[in-house]
Order: sequence, then structure tokens, then C-alpha cells
Amino acid sequence: MSYTIVVNGVQRSADVDGETPLLWVLRDTLDLKGTKFGCGAAQCGACTVHMDGHPTRACQTPIASVGDGRITTIEAIGESSIGRALQEAWIEHDVPQCGYCQAGQIMTAAHLLSQTPKPTDADINEAMSGNLCRCATYTRIRAAIKTAAGKA
Amino acid sequence: MLARRNFLKASLAASGGLLLTTSFPSARAATLGKAAAEDVALNAYIDIAPSGRVTITAKNPEIGQGVKIMLPMLIAEELDVSWDDVVITQADLDTRYPEQSAGGSQATPRNWLPMRRVGAAGRQMLMAAAAAEWGVPASECGTRPGEVLHAASGRSLSYGTLAAKAAALPVPGLDSVKLKDPKDFRIIGKPTRNIEVPRIVTGQPMFGIDVSVPGMLYAVFQKCDVHGGRLVRSNVAEIRKLPGVRAAFEVKGGRDLRGLLDGVAVVAESWWQANRARQQLDIVWDEGDITGQSSVAFAATAAELAKGKPADILRRDGDVAQGFAKAAHVVEAAYSYPFLSHIDLEPQNCTAHFADGRIEIWAPTQNPAPGSALVSRTLGIPETAIKVHMVRAGGGFGRRLSNDYMVEAAWISKVVGAPVKLVWTREDDMRHDLYRPAGYHHFKAGVDASGRLVAFSDHFVTFREGDAIANSADMPAVEFPARLVENLEYGVSMMRLRAPTGPLRAPRSNGLGFAFQGFLDELAHAAGRDPVAFARDLLGAPRLLPDPPGPRQGPGFDTGRMRGVIDLVAEKSGWGKTALPKGTGMGLAYYFSHLGYFAEVVQASVSPAGEITVDKVWVAGDIGSQIINPLNAENQAQGAALDGIGTALGHGLTIEAGKIVQGNFDTVLPLRMRQAPPVEVHFNVTNHPPTGLGEPALPPAIPALVNAIFAATGKRIRSLPIKDIDLSASA
Repeated sequence: MSYTIVVNGVQRSADVDGETPLLWVLRDTLDLKGTKFGCGAAQCGACTVHMDGHPTRACQTPIASVGDGRITTIEAIGESSIGRALQEAWIEHDVPQCGYCQAGQIMTAAHLLSQTPKPTDADINEAMSGNLCRCATYTRIRAAIKTAAGKA
Repeated sequence: MLARRNFLKASLAASGGLLLTTSFPSARAATLGKAAAEDVALNAYIDIAPSGRVTITAKNPEIGQGVKIMLPMLIAEELDVSWDDVVITQADLDTRYPEQSAGGSQATPRNWLPMRRVGAAGRQMLMAAAAAEWGVPASECGTRPGEVLHAASGRSLSYGTLAAKAAALPVPGLDSVKLKDPKDFRIIGKPTRNIEVPRIVTGQPMFGIDVSVPGMLYAVFQKCDVHGGRLVRSNVAEIRKLPGVRAAFEVKGGRDLRGLLDGVAVVAESWWQANRARQQLDIVWDEGDITGQSSVAFAATAAELAKGKPADILRRDGDVAQGFAKAAHVVEAAYSYPFLSHIDLEPQNCTAHFADGRIEIWAPTQNPAPGSALVSRTLGIPETAIKVHMVRAGGGFGRRLSNDYMVEAAWISKVVGAPVKLVWTREDDMRHDLYRPAGYHHFKAGVDASGRLVAFSDHFVTFREGDAIANSADMPAVEFPARLVENLEYGVSMMRLRAPTGPLRAPRSNGLGFAFQGFLDELAHAAGRDPVAFARDLLGAPRLLPDPPGPRQGPGFDTGRMRGVIDLVAEKSGWGKTALPKGTGMGLAYYFSHLGYFAEVVQASVSPAGEITVDKVWVAGDIGSQIINPLNAENQAQGAALDGIGTALGHGLTIEAGKIVQGNFDTVLPLRMRQAPPVEVHFNVTNHPPTGLGEPALPPAIPALVNAIFAATGKRIRSLPIKDIDLSASA
């Protein structure tokens, strides 16, 4: 059946089975490929999006459950001052290696800074430990979050 | 400048993602793009626009190691252009380019001079064109970024105006071109940002899994979880009736565990539909002989084999029995490490489009040329009918040196007659890998009364695939401390393994380093010596220990370079000078691999409950005379060291009844932010040719961690992963 959801401030429709995870609707129906598939089991965080501002694992979110929840993806996170500051800090610190996890990292970090504008190392550990980086760029992710925290 | 900014906007618009209204700050940065039609090609790597914009082709696959920036830096340096006038374009698999692969930390040693010569040849052609224009000898001309100069007359001409004339001139012999003096480098050695980051942080489609082709269908492929099992029958006809399924069919593959295997392909209008339909599959497999194919049986067999003599002797120096008899202390210990999966975060995938006897492939592969050959053999089409695009890979770690996913996508596309994107699940990825082989080492060593290592033996029990030693399961006869101990013997015995094995980041070294460096630390303590002092004594005077002649002869082992990084890491970490609280310790390890010398110190704390905190890692490396891109070098070395830490703590696969038990990140536990310590990286710059950095910082991190845990707790860790070991005070 057809579902209409709000993605990045725009109403989008998808004619899919209601159990289809939001991840695959975003990637394959709506052609928003920034949200990544890593594990399909909410273990890696590569598929993190915001639903009403909260970090959500799109691989475990059936499209039928989205309702009028407002979805924000990496493609639009830069429209907020926090998202923008994080993107610039990621560039400044040259954070990524392969880059595959970084969209999810930024989405989680954006929520962290929205709740905790000046996070401590412990805050960062708490918030960010659900997002795997197989290249282990954690040192620079931490530094970039702190840089963004000073500017957002 | 304006043209480049327009290009950036255009590329983002074309990608279908969000349009950025402003550009990111990017002082002195190259950009991504392609050469325009009016640009002039000086050679296969360099295109120059009339504006002076220079498009440089990056020939190698990018898997996160930064080679897409590094190789163009070498060319741009010697061409003598400004880095912010450079546009970088990714090559396809193309016979004009040599060695298009990502493996073995080889890109730097194999391209350091050739890529610089490509740039220097272009510069020489531009100078010759200017000289002809002015009627002066080329020897009177020089360059500054983007321009040829004639100092005597004060004239200059831009590369953009000279390119067409230069391209008509003969290409100079690459061996004869003049290279810059390193003191004149303007690009090499400067911290240089990865130009892909603006695209990464805005979620632009750029990875293999993001490829989209008009009319594309989505595929999954179910194979037998006992590697190489044969398909007997399936309910595939019922699968065809499921929602969205466009095709479902059995595949009869071959015997090559790295090629097309038996399985069932499900092709649907969306990947989700394909994967959901697959869950209804009911397949009868002929698993073949799985006798003894379990981790428990391998460990028991290895222990049994260790009681006897090794099947083969790899190396015998002096007489170890006599050495042990004379030793003041004799230590015996068994070390083992588990099978590992590569766990690239981007699961294996490939997009293929077969039509009219030709096939176009988009593959996140580390090694496209063998993939093309495999597709050619399997599909029965000539390689001239195959086009392989190399797409950025979300991690490689050696997994993508094989191309099984490529041949699967190609086969499925050929059967359905449509473009197909094949995406593996995480469980597919973990259960159909080419595993880092497990290994079992049975050490015995003796130190004399003065604390000197006088005898050393290892009975290494490893695996064979068929009759040959399994891939990456061998041990070099020169493995350290060979050549430094008068009585030394390395023997090997093998067990049959069904699961395929392959190189994982720092192959061999990632296991051998743990076992040997862990045991050497035991010996230092047995001798009552400080591990740093023990290492210095073992290495002795600076000298080159040559490798024996043969097909795998390396450059030898330089004891002075190893000593240099040990001294550096000891100094930087405050080794022996820092008073540490109870439950906290420092561990040292050092290892030479992939032409790089690395020594690392880990500081770790263990709570009474057995919880480990890795406090800090210090890395000291010697990769020669030049760190090409210090910004990326630090990132790679930090990542490799943390990869070692994460592997030691939480990675490990077990085999039961021929199948890999683990399937996802609930049982294989990669390093997470809360576990990741700061990593301080230092380089000893030495007068040796520059070498690679993807791998050699990894091996010492693992033993440095277990040696630190010993220093903190007095407990020796002789098997991995550490998560399976109880380190609590009561254990």
C-alpha cells in the first residue's frame, strides 16, 4: 500500500509493504542513499536517522510505524546549525577513512549536541558507542564533536 | 576559481541529493571531477584545461586508505601545479594503468617513483613546448606552479596555453626524467585533506552499494553455510510467487571457493522484497565431509599434534635441545588465535549489467583485474567485453581482494537479462568470508644466567586447504627472532580446513605478532629483564639481516631501524619513568611488516571485576624518508593500532559442524567509542625509500595490549579474543 511520510521537510510517498524498513524506503524508493545498510539488526548505527529529532535505527523502523513522525536524514542535517557545524568539523579534522559509517555518526552526534551543547568525554562515549567505525576513526570523531560544540 | 565552484555545485546536483547552498571552507584543496572535452591529455594520467585546471587520474581502488589523494599528490608535485588547481578523477579498470589493486601496503613503495616520474614527464613536455615557443634551449626554462618560466628574459607561459603544443611532443623516457629535490616539495609532505569528505558528510551516493542503473533489479544469493556445499534441491518455484519477486533460480557453481558457488538467487523489485522472499527458501544441501570441522576439534587436534614432532621443519639453526639444556630458565607456552572475518562495514555488493554479450560492472573491489578474469572464465565471455568501474569501498581490510560477489552479480544479471544490484546481508558477509586463519603456537625458549635468549623453538599448527597450506596460514622462516638466536627451530604441522582463508589487514603478521611478541615478553620477565632492555639486547648492533634468496625474498630486517622505533616509543610513552597505580600497566611490542618498522606501547587498566580500560596507545613507526600526507598518515596509524586493539578485545569466530557460528555484531564485537583510547603517533624519518602505512601499525598493538594487561594484573593472555577470558581478581 502507499505510505506518505515527511522526509527532510517534504511529503514523500512510497508504495511498499508496511513492514518494509524505513532504511530501504529511503535508499531504494526515495533515492536518498546517504543512510547506510551495515548490519540490519540495530547493532552498527550506520542507518541512523532522526525521527522527530531522536536518533532512530532506520533498519528496524517499519515504514508503517513512521506515521506523522518527521524524518531527517544526513542529506538535510546541514540545514540545522548543529548539523552544519558537525559537517564542517568533520572536514576540518579530516575524520573519515572509508567514510561509510560517518553519516550515522553525524546523525547521532547532532542529537548529542542538541541535548548537551558542551559534551564531556563521558557524554561522547555514552552517546556515540552505538555507532561502529570499522576504520576506528574514533579519535577524530571525538575531536570533531568537540570542535563543533564550540561553534554550533 | 569560479569554474571549480560551479563544478562542485553541479556534481552535487547530479547526484540527486540535497543541494548545498554554500560551499564548505576548503582552503588549498583539490576537487573531484572529470576532464572536459577541450582539455588536453599529456599522458594517461594528466589532462590540462586551457584555464590551467589539471585533471589527474587516480588509478587505484579507494577503500579508505587515502590513495585517491596520495597518488595524485605525487603527480601534481612533479608536474609542478598548485594543489587547488587539481581535479581528481577515478580510473576504471584500464590496461593503460599498472597494478590497479589495494593490498599489501604496496601503493607507496610501488608508486613513489613511477607516479612522480609521470608528473615530471608532463612538466618536461610543457617546458619543451615553451622553449620552442621562445626559441631558447629547454635547459634555460624552469617552472613555478602552473607556469613555465624563462628567467633570463623574464617571460612566462601558463600550462593551459602550452598544453596542446606539449601534447604533440614526444613523451620522454620515464627513467630519464629529472625529479625534484625533496627539499623543494610543495605538496608532498603537507597535511592534505581528503577531498571526498564534503560528499561523505552530506550523504552523497559514492559507495558501491549506492550505485543505481536505470531498470535495475535487486538480488540476494543464498549459498551453503558449509563452504563449498553442493545444492541438491530447493523450493525455488514457490519463491517465484512471492511479492515483488521477478526471478528466482538455482545456480550450479564450481569448486573454486573464491568463485561462483552453488546457490539460489532471488531477484526482486526491491532488495527488501528479495531478502524477505529468500527467508522462505527451503534448500537441501550436500554439505560433504565435515569431519573435524569445528573450533573445538581444531584446538584438540593442535594440542595432540604438538605432543609429536612437526611434520615439516621451516628452519633449524644450531641445536635447540643443547640450548635448552644449558639455559638458566626454560619457558614453555601455547598461544592461539581464532578465525577472523574482515567485517567491512559496507557488506559485499556489486552491480552488473549484462546485455548483448557484454557486461558492465560497478564493484567496490580491491582487486578488479582478477575479478574481470573470473567473470570472463565463468560467463564465457572475453575480457574485452567486460567493463569494470571501481567504486569507493566502505572498507576493504583484504576482503575485497577476492571477487566472489562480482562473479555472482555478473551471473545473475546474465540469467535475468537486466541490470542487477547484488547486496549481501551482514550474515552473508560474516559466514561467507575468506577468513584470517586460526593458528596454534607451541613455544619453548631458554635464557641464560645473564638474561640472554639462547634457544627458541615453535611448533606451529596451522591449516591446509586441499593439499596446500591455506592462504595466509603460513609462517616465514625468517619470522622474528630468527637470525638473532643461535639455537632456533621452527616446525609446522597442518590440519585440513574446509572454510576458505585469505589475507586480512597485515596477513600472517596479525596473528604471528600476537603470539611471538607475547611470548617474548614472557621471556623478558622470566629473565628478570625490562622488556625494552631485553628487546635492545636481542636486536644488538644496528645491521641488516639479509633474507635468504628465493621467490619470496624480502629486503631483510634492519635491527637499527627496529631499535630506533623502540627507543622512540619508550621515550614518548615515558616507559619505565611513570609511576602507575595498582591495576594499571604498560606493555611493549614491536613488529616489522609490509616494509614498515613499528613499536607500540599500550597502557591499560584492569578493574577488580576484570573490566579492561585501554588508557592510551603510543605508536612509533619508521616508513622511510617521507611521510607523503601527514594528515592521513596519522589517521591510518591510529586506525590500524585501534583495529588491533578492537580485534584483540572482541573479534573471533568459531566453527561448528563446518559452519561459522557468528553472524552479526552482537557476537563479534568491533571496537566502540567508549573503548577507544587516544593514540599518539610518531615517525622516525630515516634515509630509506618511503613505504606503506595501511597495515604495519596493526600487528604490535595486539601484543602490546596483552603485555600491558600482564603488567597490570600478572595474568598472561595466550588466546584471543580477550572478551572470552575472565580477568577478575577472583578468577
